[in-house]
Amino acid sequence: MSGYWAGILVILAINVIAAYSAWLPLAAGQVNLGTAGFMAVGAYAGAVLSGDYAWPLPYAIAAGAAASGALALLVGSAVLRARGLYLALATLAVNEVVRGILLNWDAVGGASGYPVIAHLELPPIALAALGVFLLAAWLGASRFGMTLHAIEQDETMTGLFGVHVPRTQLAAFAIGGALAGLAGALYAHHFSYIEAQYFTVLLSVTIVLSVVLGGVQTVWGPLVGAAFFTLLPELFRGASNWRYVLFAAAVIGIMALRPQGIVTRAALMRLTGRKPA
Amino acid sequence: MIAQQLVNGLMLGAIYVMVAVSFTLFFGCLNFLNFSVPALFMLGGFLTWALVQMGLPWVLAVVGALAAAALASLVVERLTWRIQRGGPPLIPLVSSLGFLILFENLVLVRWGSDARSIPSPFGDANIRIGEVVVGIPQLACLVVAIGLVFGLQFLLARSKLGRGIRSVAESPETAAILGVEVNKVVPRLFLLAGLFCALAGVMFSLSYQLVSPFMGDQVALKGLAAMVLGGMGNVWGAVIGGLIIGVVEVFAISGLSADHVNVVVYGLLLAVLIIRPTGLFGDAALGQQKL
Repeated sequence: MSGYWAGILVILAINVIAAYSAWLPLAAGQVNLGTAGFMAVGAYAGAVLSGDYAWPLPYAIAAGAAASGALALLVGSAVLRARGLYLALATLAVNEVVRGILLNWDAVGGASGYPVIAHLELPPIALAALGVFLLAAWLGASRFGMTLHAIEQDETMTGLFGVHVPRTQLAAFAIGGALAGLAGALYAHHFSYIEAQYFTVLLSVTIVLSVVLGGVQTVWGPLVGAAFFTLLPELFRGASNWRYVLFAAAVIGIMALRPQGIVTRAALMRLTGRKPA
Repeated sequence: MIAQQLVNGLMLGAIYVMVAVSFTLFFGCLNFLNFSVPALFMLGGFLTWALVQMGLPWVLAVVGALAAAALASLVVERLTWRIQRGGPPLIPLVSSLGFLILFENLVLVRWGSDARSIPSPFGDANIRIGEVVVGIPQLACLVVAIGLVFGLQFLLARSKLGRGIRSVAESPETAAILGVEVNKVVPRLFLLAGLFCALAGVMFSLSYQLVSPFMGDQVALKGLAAMVLGGMGNVWGAVIGGLIIGVVEVFAISGLSADHVNVVVYGLLLAVLIIRPTGLFGDAALGQQKL
């Protein structure tokens, strides 16, 4: 496999993990526009632990995920009282605050970024993405996943059935945060260099919307969405300057044709020959 | 120098007010978080530069840029809200992000990604009030912005179009049953809101004399933050939110550094949303629904 394709697959794997991190809260009807901020926390925490503190790589990456998961738990318990657009903007604010702090923190390089010594190649990153997919598939099929879907459909009703709605949403938000941290830590250890400027709100928005494009109803949606957002711009690489124009036109076209997302429950049932419920 | 900073902040805030009002029109009336707003802002500012560059007098350049942005806004309406309404509200969001990428990259393909400086038609005209120096273009922006918001408020409250818009905001289906031509009212709303943020882009480029294909991203995010900070449900929330963010930003630059602006501005937004989850003056019933 050429280095070019290995590079693309690494980005694909990281984007897949990030997509599932955004999908979990989204499945419960919450839009987290802070995903890139949580990725940044995981990236910096993992890189500092593996670099300055010489932790073994797997521990450092796990700690990066744990750090952003903990932050998500903390932030979530404060902001989940806000709903809808207010919640989305609160998470967006978290993204910008995290990025701003990292940008001004000289111990981690500030605006000039932070070099990462330890290096990860494609296989472990791909393995991690596979693991996250399996975890998401398991969570999605579990009681927890059904509860998330029920909350997304009707919060009040789900509460009446005895589900502790805020706690379930917080759990989805925190697990999402931890997965974002994992994606960030993997990113840091592959590209050997991180800078706060990379983890923008626009990255968060793109991650969330790639999931919507793929479809939030099933566990396959985020995978398809991440693949679409990663591979399509590469496909248009020959068009040089025009490639993002073509890509944007494709996004608009697809959403016009399949407004529920590419992968829907009904489409999956048709594919597998089962009758739609 | 506090008075000077306050004045500078209010003038920067005027631009956020315009963008916030544009977001409010889209979101308050159609429940549509329109991510193409940064691109419409950019089209207003950037095309003004481009047309001046082609030798047009600047008044015509501004008119041309506004017309192009208005047209772009109508295209967005056709391919997002019109065909996707009634579905999950996140869907038009994806398409509108598609338009953001599309417009920014079209400009990039034609003119490159460099920031360009645009000459101010006002020179560096300014007036002095005691110690405070007020730039004429900035002052004009503030006056125009506040004036337009008053005009908009009047339009929404009194005109036929305003009643149509408010009835669509209540329920597009009921409005249609009652004889409101939804497919005429909504494009006009897109036109109006698109013009608001494109005009903000023109103001920004004439005040700060710098344009680039991505000039809209940071400004529009702050405009969005302004809308939410003030709280949705009335235009005045957007006005107060915009002015607060402008003033806080200018004080953060002078008191700390330009690198700390985002920490302070978004930290403030976060703190407000933790304490008051519907913004400062928000209507408790609005903006709560699923995105």
